[in-house]
Amino acid sequence: MTARVFVPRDSGALSMGAETVAAAIRDEARRRGAALDVVRTGSRGMYWLEPLVEVEAGGRRTAYGPVAAADVAGLFDAGFLAGGEHALGHGPVEAIPYFANQERVTFARVGVIDPHSLDDYLDTGGFKGLENALGLSGPEIVETVTESGLRGRGGAAFPTGIKWKTAIDAPSDVKYVVANADEGDSGTFSDRMVMEGDPFMLIEGMIIAGLAIDAREGYIYLRSEYPHAHETLRRAIATAYDYAYLGDDILGSRRAFHLEVRLGAGAYICGEETALLESLEGKRGMIRPRPPLPAVSGLWGRPTILNNVITLASVPLIFQKGADFYRDYGMGRSRGTLPFQVSGNIRRGGLVEKAFGLTLGELLYDFGGGSRTGRPIRAVQVGGPLGAYIPESLFDTPLDYEAFSGIRAMLGHGGAVAFDDTVDMARMARFAMEFCAEESCGKCTPCRIGSTRGVEVIDRIRADAHRGENLRLLGDLTDLMLYGSLCGLGGLIPYPVVSALKHFPEDFGAEDVKELNLPF
Amino acid sequence: MPASDPDTQLSDVALKLVDATVETLRDRRGALLPILHEIQAEMGCVPEAVIPVVAERLNLTRAEVYGVVTFYADFRTEPLGRKVVHVCQAESCQALGSDALGASAKAHLGVDFEGTTEDGAFTLRKVYCLGNCALSPSVMIGGEVHGRVTPDSIGKLIDAGRTAP
Ligand SMILES: Cc1cc2nc3c(=O)[nH]c(=O)nc-3n(C[C@H](O)[C@H](O)[C@H](O)COP(=O)(O)O)c2cc1C
Ligand code: SF4
Ligand code: FES
Repeated sequence: MTARVFVPRDSGALSMGAETVAAAIRDEARRRGAALDVVRTGSRGMYWLEPLVEVEAGGRRTAYGPVAAADVAGLFDAGFLAGGEHALGHGPVEAIPYFANQERVTFARVGVIDPHSLDDYLDTGGFKGLENALGLSGPEIVETVTESGLRGRGGAAFPTGIKWKTAIDAPSDVKYVVANADEGDSGTFSDRMVMEGDPFMLIEGMIIAGLAIDAREGYIYLRSEYPHAHETLRRAIATAYDYAYLGDDILGSRRAFHLEVRLGAGAYICGEETALLESLEGKRGMIRPRPPLPAVSGLWGRPTILNNVITLASVPLIFQKGADFYRDYGMGRSRGTLPFQVSGNIRRGGLVEKAFGLTLGELLYDFGGGSRTGRPIRAVQVGGPLGAYIPESLFDTPLDYEAFSGIRAMLGHGGAVAFDDTVDMARMARFAMEFCAEESCGKCTPCRIGSTRGVEVIDRIRADAHRGENLRLLGDLTDLMLYGSLCGLGGLIPYPVVSALKHFPEDFGAEDVKELNLPF
Repeated sequence: MPASDPDTQLSDVALKLVDATVETLRDRRGALLPILHEIQAEMGCVPEAVIPVVAERLNLTRAEVYGVVTFYADFRTEPLGRKVVHVCQAESCQALGSDALGASAKAHLGVDFEGTTEDGAFTLRKVYCLGNCALSPSVMIGGEVHGRVTPDSIGKLIDAGRTAP
């Protein structure tokens, strides 16, 4: 029998040489006359083990990693094609604690199947949700999404069902569905993993969204930094057209949905939904004032469902297994699972899909294994560049939307970036302001001017020039930006800055932060 | 913005290319970004002289097209090197020394961020996150991402990129 060897083509795995490893395995097989198929997959999300090669033998898949091209001959010698023992062996992936302790709900297929194979997708429950949704009316679809408790995974955690209901109620003969695949937050890569590892799931979610509001066109707005995701999506969309999942007559239902990928062009602000819409329309990514909401007047002035990739990718399962199935995961008002992404100075960086409710500390230590440098973890930024820095004393906070609001932080897109005790938090605060200045769309003064002033003020604090005065100025400035900015860039950048100052005042040479008039 | 007549500045070949690109993509709604991406890919940049041509063909003002070109980091009016070396400078990579990586890349190439080497082989740029944070620090050379890069290995990766296709 021909052995099957799975080698990821996820761009993280490629960044560690997966392509060379795949080639080395093929070459070695040829040399030894061994019959094997190399199947390219997404990543299981255990990046410290990449390239993680799996071999199907005896009805199970055995994992080896991290594999370098130089290890390949040795793996053949050890009989890895039959699941043989080797120093790099881990047994089945499902037995690796990091993986075994997750709830792979949305990411069940990622790293398992060939993302280009429609058969693989169908064999693992793919498009079952769509079939079920085709039997429902628009309002019934929206009702199901509402019942699932799904909230937006892009950052703001807005209830998805309510957003869709607004779009259904907005009268228009033309509506759109847009996937936000801009994934600009540093420390996040879950959208990328879905697009590279299970693209049909996103497509299916978008088709269902289209059915819900009777939108016949959709766009995926993808950041240009993700060329592999682009290629995978394009191939998957072409296949979906070939098999009538997309087009004028979806599976003979007389319902239409067309889908296209559009590339961004290197602007963080275009992840913000109204700037994204401007960009899709071919303009500068300037924020639009709200109201109107995009659900009422979005792309080209039409009602538009705009959701994050993970939000949309969560939809098919809700229709395959029911709203209850999804809602049964989680805690409080945070239902379902979130693919957390742990990175930065961490031993085992990767993707951890869990029901809401595990603590930040569990994510960092039980999964992440502590810092990569072996030093104590001092600060963790959760929720991307606009997220708060969290000190060790708060590591027992459960990863839950409300619990994080409670500590003046946010989960955002689920990224957690760890720093060890060599970090200079005043420098990180400066970086936040610098980032904001560089990425500001320029529409409002608090953000455009405030961020540049912020850099200068922090520079003076760090140089101990009129420190007290400048610390107070920084307090006022963050207050102004928090309340006076038009959108979340200028409006949220105070989070990393103020949290750094509040939790790590010693790095700013600040004695009494209570005196500083900080906004929170 | 250049005030001179664009058609006198662009070679016939370049003009043909721009026209063909506009022709293929213009029927798509919001075609400007796809068109600029295509031009940037074909010509290595969006030369200023192209701006009035695209504007005219799409019934936009020069200011609108110029505004878009300058808004987005991907579009440049000056030619980039044959390959771009993107060094990630976002938080996860900072946590593992992206500063030293940037310094090492600058020293190796002899240019600052946004600079292009004299032989036109490389442009060095910073980028905020490549989505490879679990393997920080990361760089992208000619579209290929590398993880866990060190100040020592970055030079070798760049040199390898010089010869690779
Ligand atoms: C500055 C800024 C950047 C953002 N970047 C992203 C992004 O890259 N991806 C994303 O899905 N949402 C991003 N958002 C959130 C979007 O504006 C929007 O809330 C989200 O895409 C809606 O989808 P959801 O309800 O499914 O989360 C950003 C918001 C702001 C203020
Ligand atoms: S806060 Fe910044 S990015 Fe947002 S609208 Fe104002 S200037 Fe633009
Ligand atoms: S922060 Fe550098 S790759 Fe994400």
